Amino acid sequence: MKLTIDNRVAEVAKGTTVLEAAKGLGIDIPTLCYYHLENLDIENKPGGCRVCVVEVEGRRNLAPACSTNCEEGMVVRTHSMRVLNARRTVVELLLSDHPADCLVCAKSGHCELQTLAQKLGVREIAYQGEQSHYRKDLSPSIVRDVDKCIMCRRCETMCNDVQTVGALSAVNRGFNAVVSPAFEMDLDKSPCTFCGQCVTACPTGALTEVDHTARVIAALNDPTKTVVVQTAPAVRVALGEEFGMAPGTVVTGKLAAALRALGFDRVFDTDFAADLTIMEEGSELLGRLSAFMNGDKSVKLPILTSCCPAWVNFFEYNYPDMLDVPSSAKSPQQMFGAVAKTYFANQIGVKREDLVVVSVMPCLAKKYECQREEFKTDGNPDVDIAISTRELANLIKQSNLDFANLPDEDFDNPLGESTGAGVIFGVTGGVIEAATRTAYELFTGKTLEKVEFEALRGMDGVRVATVDFDGTPIRIGIAHGLGHARQLLDAVRSHELDLHAIEVMACPGGCIGGGGQPYHHGNAAVLEARAKAIYREDEGKALRKSHENEYVKRLYEEFLQHPMSEKAHHLLHTHYFDHSDKIETI
Amino acid sequence: MDKIKSLDDLRALREAAGAIVRSRRQGEEGAQAGCDGASGGCTLLVCGGTGCKASQSALIAERLKDALTEKGLEDTVQVVTTGCFGFCEKGPIVKVMPDNTFYTQVKPEDAAEIVNEHIVGGNKVTRLLYEDPGTRTHVSDAKHMDFYRKQMRIALRNCGFLDPERIEEYIACDGYAALGKCLTAMQPAEVIDLVKRSGLRGRGGAGFPTGLKWEITSKSQADQKYVVCNADEGDPGAFMDRSIMEGDPHSVIEAMAICGYAIGATKGLVYIRAEYPLAIERLQKAIAQARDCGLLGEKILGTGFSFDIELRFGAGAFVCGEETALIHSMEGKRGEPTLKPPFPSVSGYLGKPTNVNNVETFANIPVIINKGAEWFAAIGTEKSKGTKVFALAGKINNVGLIEVPMGITLREIIFEIGGGIKGGKKFKAVQTGGPSGGCLTEKHLDIPIDYESLTAAGSMMGSGGMIVMDEDDCMVSVAKFYLDFTVEESCGKCTPCRIGNKRLYEILDKITKGKGTMDDLHRLKNLAQVIKDTALCGLGQTSPNPVLSTLNNFWDEYVEHVTESKCRAGQCRALMRYEIDPAVCVGCTACARNCPVSAIEGEKKQPHKINQDVCIKCGACIEKCKFNAISIK
Repeated sequence: MKLTIDNRVAEVAKGTTVLEAAKGLGIDIPTLCYYHLENLDIENKPGGCRVCVVEVEGRRNLAPACSTNCEEGMVVRTHSMRVLNARRTVVELLLSDHPADCLVCAKSGHCELQTLAQKLGVREIAYQGEQSHYRKDLSPSIVRDVDKCIMCRRCETMCNDVQTVGALSAVNRGFNAVVSPAFEMDLDKSPCTFCGQCVTACPTGALTEVDHTARVIAALNDPTKTVVVQTAPAVRVALGEEFGMAPGTVVTGKLAAALRALGFDRVFDTDFAADLTIMEEGSELLGRLSAFMNGDKSVKLPILTSCCPAWVNFFEYNYPDMLDVPSSAKSPQQMFGAVAKTYFANQIGVKREDLVVVSVMPCLAKKYECQREEFKTDGNPDVDIAISTRELANLIKQSNLDFANLPDEDFDNPLGESTGAGVIFGVTGGVIEAATRTAYELFTGKTLEKVEFEALRGMDGVRVATVDFDGTPIRIGIAHGLGHARQLLDAVRSHELDLHAIEVMACPGGCIGGGGQPYHHGNAAVLEARAKAIYREDEGKALRKSHENEYVKRLYEEFLQHPMSEKAHHLLHTHYFDHSDKIETI
Repeated sequence: MDKIKSLDDLRALREAAGAIVRSRRQGEEGAQAGCDGASGGCTLLVCGGTGCKASQSALIAERLKDALTEKGLEDTVQVVTTGCFGFCEKGPIVKVMPDNTFYTQVKPEDAAEIVNEHIVGGNKVTRLLYEDPGTRTHVSDAKHMDFYRKQMRIALRNCGFLDPERIEEYIACDGYAALGKCLTAMQPAEVIDLVKRSGLRGRGGAGFPTGLKWEITSKSQADQKYVVCNADEGDPGAFMDRSIMEGDPHSVIEAMAICGYAIGATKGLVYIRAEYPLAIERLQKAIAQARDCGLLGEKILGTGFSFDIELRFGAGAFVCGEETALIHSMEGKRGEPTLKPPFPSVSGYLGKPTNVNNVETFANIPVIINKGAEWFAAIGTEKSKGTKVFALAGKINNVGLIEVPMGITLREIIFEIGGGIKGGKKFKAVQTGGPSGGCLTEKHLDIPIDYESLTAAGSMMGSGGMIVMDEDDCMVSVAKFYLDFTVEESCGKCTPCRIGNKRLYEILDKITKGKGTMDDLHRLKNLAQVIKDTALCGLGQTSPNPVLSTLNNFWDEYVEHVTESKCRAGQCRALMRYEIDPAVCVGCTACARNCPVSAIEGEKKQPHKINQDVCIKCGACIEKCKFNAISIK
């Protein structure tokens, strides 16, 4: 069908919105509540902010471009005086109920409301009046500053529709309406998994991470402490965005250099721990598989990956009947902490309490994870501080480092060596692909020539693939996004699906789309570029199977003996809790 | 009661039940037959609407029965509790049939007198009759009262006539005949065509053609469809839907079943606010009775059509009258509107095609089926057919519920039916359409009212609220009052309604406090326009109407507030000045002694003075002054 937008003719298919049609003509109608990640099938379109209103000839009222379908012969004006006045008034109204503390706001520079006000050239707010005030909600991972909520409902869509967590929804009426947990309870009393997808989507400073950078600076400046850092795989493919680099730029070398320049005593890599995770989880999978194939029907299959702390929270809340199904292997972050505070602390002769382990994560749930009681020894946590990719960028900026021009450096040993298998942990399908690379060789006794398993890759929310282990078909399920994980797990629970192993990552896209990553503002291409970068990094590695990591081998020889040994069990494995009360109380 | 298994069963029951309402019908038809206990067949109708019940009408009915028993007339004279008569100003109402005597403001202690004097003695109790304010004579027959003369009761036909808790009485009054006719003699498409031809439009506010809505829903293909009755009457002051459900619940049930047949739905839901306990009780009883005798349930009247109804309770949110918000609320979700399309007729309750009509709309349906589309279409104006129920309130003599043909003028409603302005004051404005409507003035009084003309005049039909204002009403305060309501009732989903209405309210508040500027008036106008232009749903799009219509019609009054700090109605306390006339004041000190903030100074026997900086304008001084020395400027 044909329509006219700003005197230009657009030809579009039925079902196209005015917003999309305008975009096709290069007309950029501003939006605020609208949020759309096409490749992940994520859409928030409440039509509530009214910023994208346009004039449609013959219509009494202005129409929201995001949710008005094109019609044959429609005549649309996107910048008539009526539209400009309405749009500006709407934005002024939003600003009139928004704290004007941009200078010190965590979201400053990344705030979509700020950008919009700038774009429209708002210089004064004609409609001043009462402002809403709510108490700040501080959880272990996420800060809710509801005064800054503009009711775009993106967080609600992420939490309810995408993640099916159901921690956030609109409450109260009229001027007092905000998005909040039920009964305005605190987030950490709600079924929140701390996945941080609400933070990723929030256009303003209403939802941000708990900032731990000051604690890192304090530790680095404490002469009695030895401070080591680990950095997760997804960080290196996203950090560059904070310094103006194109999405998908791999900055591993600069990252190591920057961390060293910040003053960390050792710059290690979570990828090392990822390889270690594969040794444990892969062995557990093989153990369960062999037992099952030898007729032991009491064995729990499929095995579920347990690297993702938001996923762990989710199944502790929602699947208390299946707590023995996931792998007991700790996440790479926690394996790293456990090894650093024992094996490494011993090696350098530092007492556990004098060693500070900092982790740089694409994730906000990691902040919560490292505070879990079972990951502490005599009150001392294995990982002391977890900061996000964004917080690291902030530290680098504060420390006057010219990140883009830093010369590449390497990670330190012994906990800095990794294979390509460890790297791909950062993207959906990566953990199970890494596990498959190792499990295949251990199971078949043969060398795997082609390490890429294309069937396990991609962005479909739920993927099921069969991998041939030299004649034995191994059925694998993959889900990213907790809503997809729920679909997959429900199918397993009801015996609709018969699988051997399942990988779950809570965040859409996997860790590359984590709650602690640089803001992508709904640009799906950013996630795709990060995913490609992860696979590029893997391809560039000399070693691509976890069990070939020399330092992992050495760790077993010198300390742990062998995968699933008693010592490994003690340090590298965990157990899960029934937290279904989080759901039942609501 | 036996199951009604066929149209013949229904007819037989109607014949049999006819006797119950015979005396009433005779009275309605003007038989003017005598009503003495000896001749029998006499009925006492007592209003059982919420208003009259609050004035002890249940006790009145009891006392009437006691008095009849005392006279041994309990078997010959019936006492029937009915729904609302509409003339709430004069309630509680007791009507004697068949001589059609209309007693007003009856008290329980009057019961014995009515029985002794009227029923036994054959003499009407004159002091309880309505007194015509013009002629000062007593009028005993409702038909000759100004309040009823121009009314035409279609939707309210059975309210104040039959006992809403007895299905037999409804059946006796042609109840379920329309359903029977549809199921046995008409195809669904014929039913829709008839409703379309009648010209009936939605009585909930927007005036969408009912038949067209039915047609669209009937054409939506689905394994399950729903009929929803919107009984979430949210306009403050409007109570026509409540009255219908309390006074004639079966008309709604019958109409919903007819709609179900027409669109192909087997399930009906009534979304009703929990704060309507009597309406809920009567609906539940009526549904149970209809089920018991097979008029709801499987294979109704022996045909292949099955239909049943459930109630869903709302928590009393104005926005849940908006059909998408209503549906979300029924689904257990937050009651907030979503964008249309998709319309509920395509994707509604649980994603299924859903036809939503309001109570008054449904109440018209059985009559239209029985009397024909042409009969209905002959009433009203070109584009608005039939009648409309209005809830008259405010500074008007006859407060109550009226039903009038479309096309009647505001002047007829206010000055004839409504009996003019209370206390002989001057008419200033009338607010139609509830909180989202506009204020119309003297110049609009002679417009024939229908959906289009009210909208053109800057107001709307809405659900039929009609609040009359006189010269003592400040129009800025009136606009503020309505904005206060919409600020409370906005769901908060869209920016203009959530924040914009709040800002409108704040500006109005500023003006009433004497702090407004001309700039504020211009900002008020712009913001009101933008909200109207950009809000998501009908609530937000119409919420600035009270502001825009008062700005248009009473601009001078706004300007006075900001430029002269003057409120001509004397309602804005901050703009008032209490002053003592030194020429009249004798210095008695009464005012000074009673001033709660010691704002009045003066020596004994010397003229006193009010310190304006301290005065809180409570009015205590003016009340105490015996010499009329204090006035409000």
